[in-house]
Amino acid sequence: MKENTKIYWKGLEQLTNAPEFVKNAGNEFGAPPPEENVEHSRRDFLKMMGFGMSAVALAACEAPIRKAIPYVNKPEEIDPSIANYYASTYINGGDYCSIVVKTREGRPIKVDGNPLSGVTKGGTSAQVEASVLSLYDNDRLRAPKAAGKNTKWEDLDQAVIAKLNEINATGGQIRIVSNSIISPSTVAVLEKFNAKYPTTQHIQYDQNSHYGILKANEESFGTAMIPSYDFSKAKTIVSIAADFLNSWVSPIEFTKQYALVRDAGEGQKEIARHYQFESNLSLTGANADYRAQIKPSEEGAVVVMLYNLIAGLAGKPTTEGGKDVKYLKAAAEELWKNRGNALVVAGSNDKSVQTLVNGINDMLGSYGTTILPGSPLNYRQGNDEKMNAFVEELAAGKVAGVIFYNCNPVYDHPAGDKIAAALKNVTLTLSTSYKEDETATSTSFLAPDHHYLESWNDAEPKKNFFSLGQPAITPIFKTRSAQESFLKWAGENNTDYFEFLKANWKARFFKGGNFQQFWDKCLYDGVYELPTESASVTFKGDVNAAVNAVASSYKSGSGYELVIYENGTVGNGSQANNPLLQELPEPITKAVWDHYVLISQKDAAKEGITNPESKTKLATITVNGKSVKVPVLIQPGLAQGVLAIAIGYGRTKAGKVADGIGANVYPFVSTVNGSLSYQAASVSFKIEEEAYQIAQTQTHHTYMGRQTVIREYTTEDLKTDPSLLTDRFSPQVATWLDEEHKVKPGELSLWKGHDYKNHHWGMAIDLNTCTGCAACVVACNVENNVALVGREEVINRREMHWLRIDRYYSSDAPVDDWKGLEEASDNPEVVFQPMLCQHCNNAPCETVCPVAATTHSTEGLNQMTYNRCIGTRYCANNCPYKVRRFNWFKYHDNKQFQTSNVAQTSDIGKMVLNPDVTVRSRGVMEKCSFCVQRIQNGKLQAKKERRELQDGEVVTACQTACSTGAITFGDMNDPNSKISKLLKLRPANPDRPYSIDKIAGNPRAYTVLEEIGVKPNIFYLSKIRNKESAKA
Amino acid sequence: MQVVSGVRDPLVTGGKTVHDVSHDISRHVENPPAKSWYLAMAVSLALLGYGLYCVFMVLWNGIGMWGLNKTVGWAWDITNFVWWVGIGHAGTLISAILLLFRQKWRMSINRAAEAMTIFAVICAATFPLIHMGRLWLGFYWALPLPNTFGSLWANFNSPLLWDVFAISTYFTVSLVFWYIGLIPDFAVIRDRALAQGNQLRATIYNALSFGWEGGAKTWMRYESVALILAGLSTPLVLSVHTIVSFDFATSIIPGWHTTIFPPYFVAGAIFSGFAMVLTLLLITRKVFKLEDYITIYHIELMNIIIIVTGSIVGIAYITELFISWYSGVEYEGYAFFNRVQGPYAWAYWSMMTCNVISPQLFWFKKIRTSLVATFVLSIIVNIGMWFERFVIIVTSIHRDYIPSSWTMFHPTMYDIGEYLFTFGLFFTAFFLFAKFFPVINMAEVKSIVKHNSEKVENKKVAESTHA
Repeated sequence: MKENTKIYWKGLEQLTNAPEFVKNAGNEFGAPPPEENVEHSRRDFLKMMGFGMSAVALAACEAPIRKAIPYVNKPEEIDPSIANYYASTYINGGDYCSIVVKTREGRPIKVDGNPLSGVTKGGTSAQVEASVLSLYDNDRLRAPKAAGKNTKWEDLDQAVIAKLNEINATGGQIRIVSNSIISPSTVAVLEKFNAKYPTTQHIQYDQNSHYGILKANEESFGTAMIPSYDFSKAKTIVSIAADFLNSWVSPIEFTKQYALVRDAGEGQKEIARHYQFESNLSLTGANADYRAQIKPSEEGAVVVMLYNLIAGLAGKPTTEGGKDVKYLKAAAEELWKNRGNALVVAGSNDKSVQTLVNGINDMLGSYGTTILPGSPLNYRQGNDEKMNAFVEELAAGKVAGVIFYNCNPVYDHPAGDKIAAALKNVTLTLSTSYKEDETATSTSFLAPDHHYLESWNDAEPKKNFFSLGQPAITPIFKTRSAQESFLKWAGENNTDYFEFLKANWKARFFKGGNFQQFWDKCLYDGVYELPTESASVTFKGDVNAAVNAVASSYKSGSGYELVIYENGTVGNGSQANNPLLQELPEPITKAVWDHYVLISQKDAAKEGITNPESKTKLATITVNGKSVKVPVLIQPGLAQGVLAIAIGYGRTKAGKVADGIGANVYPFVSTVNGSLSYQAASVSFKIEEEAYQIAQTQTHHTYMGRQTVIREYTTEDLKTDPSLLTDRFSPQVATWLDEEHKVKPGELSLWKGHDYKNHHWGMAIDLNTCTGCAACVVACNVENNVALVGREEVINRREMHWLRIDRYYSSDAPVDDWKGLEEASDNPEVVFQPMLCQHCNNAPCETVCPVAATTHSTEGLNQMTYNRCIGTRYCANNCPYKVRRFNWFKYHDNKQFQTSNVAQTSDIGKMVLNPDVTVRSRGVMEKCSFCVQRIQNGKLQAKKERRELQDGEVVTACQTACSTGAITFGDMNDPNSKISKLLKLRPANPDRPYSIDKIAGNPRAYTVLEEIGVKPNIFYLSKIRNKESAKA
Repeated sequence: MQVVSGVRDPLVTGGKTVHDVSHDISRHVENPPAKSWYLAMAVSLALLGYGLYCVFMVLWNGIGMWGLNKTVGWAWDITNFVWWVGIGHAGTLISAILLLFRQKWRMSINRAAEAMTIFAVICAATFPLIHMGRLWLGFYWALPLPNTFGSLWANFNSPLLWDVFAISTYFTVSLVFWYIGLIPDFAVIRDRALAQGNQLRATIYNALSFGWEGGAKTWMRYESVALILAGLSTPLVLSVHTIVSFDFATSIIPGWHTTIFPPYFVAGAIFSGFAMVLTLLLITRKVFKLEDYITIYHIELMNIIIIVTGSIVGIAYITELFISWYSGVEYEGYAFFNRVQGPYAWAYWSMMTCNVISPQLFWFKKIRTSLVATFVLSIIVNIGMWFERFVIIVTSIHRDYIPSSWTMFHPTMYDIGEYLFTFGLFFTAFFLFAKFFPVINMAEVKSIVKHNSEKVENKKVAESTHA
């Protein structure tokens, strides 16, 4: 068909295609008059106004959007909302723990113990649990610094290498100062550095020095080492001022072992007997069966006496001197009876005392059984003499370069002031601390190391026990592994510490095969362990010299004596800027956010000090011309004439959280016989007029003889009458039938009670194995995003802890003297009771809530629906256990909580929050949920895999953290679950196995406040003291 | 109308005529207020203003502004709530129960007493509202309203929900009762305003009186409604405080879990209510020169009620102590031991002195007919009753089962400020009432004023008795 080529046109302009026409072709109406701008018509104006108005209105309705950035490219190993776990190693100075790090979306949010470790066996401590928040510390260094200004790593390296070369050229002395280094690869790195700069010497010191043991062992056995101890083999444990459950040598490991021999089973199982001779009531002393109060100046004499008593029994020559104290003879006889299964430890850092202890243990045959010299520990290699010599050298200007490798001696060494002053005249001063701490502020270069959760590392805590540390997050700031820094400064070509570490492991441990497989296995397990070696030792210490040394160096002064101790919360102060630790109630004093000097009850009466409502006065303590001013707290159990004060406070450059709390008492530590001595024979103590209120979470200290709260028995009583366990306190209700017909409370009910057809969650807590260490409290805080409210709010008695550890002292008053029962004994027995929501089956909180915000689940959980809560607090009032916590303020938002609640108020801190747990807002009630998020996760996992939930799959955070296994959680409907077996649970009515009513057959099992019939799902196992009788 | 024995002393003295009644009461509404009124109003408004600031701070920042803590979840808030609710009871008792029992002496005091009830209940209601952590949700979530949350409903097991019903019912009935009583009196003011040519006032009071025209039929209906409402209110006098006491009695806290609470609380409520009525009326009587209407006889009768209820309360206290010992329950025993000897013993003994010992002084005729003594003792009784609630609430929970949680409670300025707020609210409302509403029920009082015809009768009776 022929194409139509006709063209139609509208006008001549179109036909000619004039440029003017083409320009305006699309514009039908031509140019508008100037007053009518088509681009913004009236309609548009109305539209925009309308949109604007509604947008503003809508925006006002919406909650502000917080940044949540999704992955653009999802990393293969990260699934949003699915947690990843990495085995790693906690290293902080000489403290170590093998751990498993839980990460969510690439952020470490929780640290658990690594059960594969042969050393810590899955145990942790409060400090290990809290360390995950130190990673997100706002006061960390963001970048390297030189002369107080941020710099680049390249520039810093250049400057440092130049200085090192300059020193090297002139033959100047270089020193690397650190705490004990337990990382074999780090030691290898330092050797490389040493090779490049041969004048380098490595000085190790420890805040809590154990140099006396090293030296004593050197004299006794020829090698300066600290042997492994095995408390789990001991039937009799005697400790002279060694706080082995809290701060002595390897507390995590010892706690685990100790629990094994303190597990009383069903009340008849034999448990180890523990004697403690000490001045201040330590966590260890609180767990002892017999505790005698001695003055620090008597420590040596008591050890001498014990030596003589044992020597007498062993038929060996005795020595002069010694001081007999209560229980010492009995302890000696028992040790001798159980020789081979006996263990004597002493906390003294004096080599002469430790030599005597070695002698005692040698006579008792402890070496090879409870003490294993074949597996020496590496935590405490600090050499006080070398450190003191270094300080002298430094002061004399003989040192040209000092590198402080992750240590802070300006703060935590007795000669800190001297070091700080001397550093001004040193050519090269450098700190690798990840914070600008007291030492780092005195150095010219800051080369911040990673936090341990950001870095590769390894550890050999004990000979032949290795543990790998792997990063769980990419470095948050511009920090660099200190080892890499050392390699760089040593001029190495390959400075990647990971490669170095891997190569080191390959060279040391790899025995052929596929290295990648070996490496992956090590990394997966987090630990690599070789068979332990046994070694026999012969004691050749000079006992007489030791006795003479003791006699000459232990003299009591005229005034008070002072004990300097490390407490269970901030410890040596290195993690003081961690609010989890500051707000953790100190296990014994229950004080938080405060530093204080402890005084005995008798001395307090003499000095006219009382502590009503934790109100007290300040006092000035002066030791060797140095004084501090701290509040005074009365401590039952502290020996008369003795004051006690903790290290770890008085930080000035730790950060916003810790700065200004308390006073630094490291300068009080003196050197005796070449090692640091944490006591002072004579101090001046002056009470000031200034009033002060200490923040304590518990202000009433006795349990008022209430057996329904605490049930405790002595082994002697149980031997004569085992039925005491069930019969001594057994509330019963008389019925209408007749006077003789009595039933247990809770058996009488109008209702049939419901059935839990699926699971019935419950918990058992063993009061005997619980040492009160409080690791579970920190774990609970971290897992459940519990707000930290700060000092003022704790004084207002509003701490938010879901799980608390009630610490009760015994009282001398008879049980019907209610006034007298309020006073604790002078040397009290102590019991720790973890207290959390009891998940009552007949929960009094549930019935009183007007809006049904707290309800019961079909699995026995008492649930709290934050969204529904209107905050009448009736539930908290009606809770007999007082475990409900109210959000008095907006803890996650209000400015006044920025210091304490860093995990919820700062952008970096928020990274630690557990995304599975809601952060509670103002005005709602909260409480323990039995880690319902973990239960849910376990159930979903089982459902996905189309199988039943297995016992042990769901563990609560507190249970995981508990080194002693005192907490058992599980399904009480499952007759084969651990909890059912432990408690010997059986349904009250055999026809209704899933009913709420379960009877515990274990005679030690009881529920708190049994007689009020709330039927808790938490059972406690009563406390058994291995004592002759209750009064002794 | 019933026959009143001529031998009785007249309830209204001074030979008042019906016109005198209208004039004496209405003139306070008609005349501009006195300087003292402005002064009192200024003080009340200042209290209210300061109180509002405290309320705002608590609502803005959180309940943490108060001194409450992990152990003591209620203190001044619920103490004040119970105290104010208790005070309200006297009004209802006077207007309802005394009406049913045909106690004519109630007629000169019931208006003010009922007004007091309403304002006291309003004050009381502020505390359960403000004390909620999330008032903005709680104020309607606590009601059983249909909602979009599925089957989510209020928890009918909770005594707090019962409180919601009890207080709201009580408030509604009291308000209606009071207002219906006011209608004929508003009409009197309207009529007088019309006579005086004040059109504005006439219009307002006409509207307030719902156009009352005073026909015999209307009066008949009016009296029937009054009786019906009296019948409805009577159980409320007993039920409201019974339910308030359930907040404590149904709990498991030693010192709260007490079966004696319902009668004990009701007696206490009437006790404190009459004390408050006395405090208010003694002032009103003086300021408004109503000595002829509210006579010493009225005051004496009220003082007798105070002795009776005060003694009931005293017996309740002693019973509690006895049972705590007799039951042999350790926690119950300790709770009361702690009240008597513990850190809050001063509060317990203040309560005992104010509530048990001081009203016994009214056994002396001289004291119970003395205006000054009555005024002082009425205030002491109210202080005592405040302490009673404080003692019950705080000393029971500050040391309950688990000794590790034992704490003390210390009020902050906001606890106190909230209490002052309700005083400001109460007195502002009461002074407005005193200025704009007739403070005495004119219609009823007129029915007991001696008429001229009765005077003759009286004479006869007097002669025959003397003969």
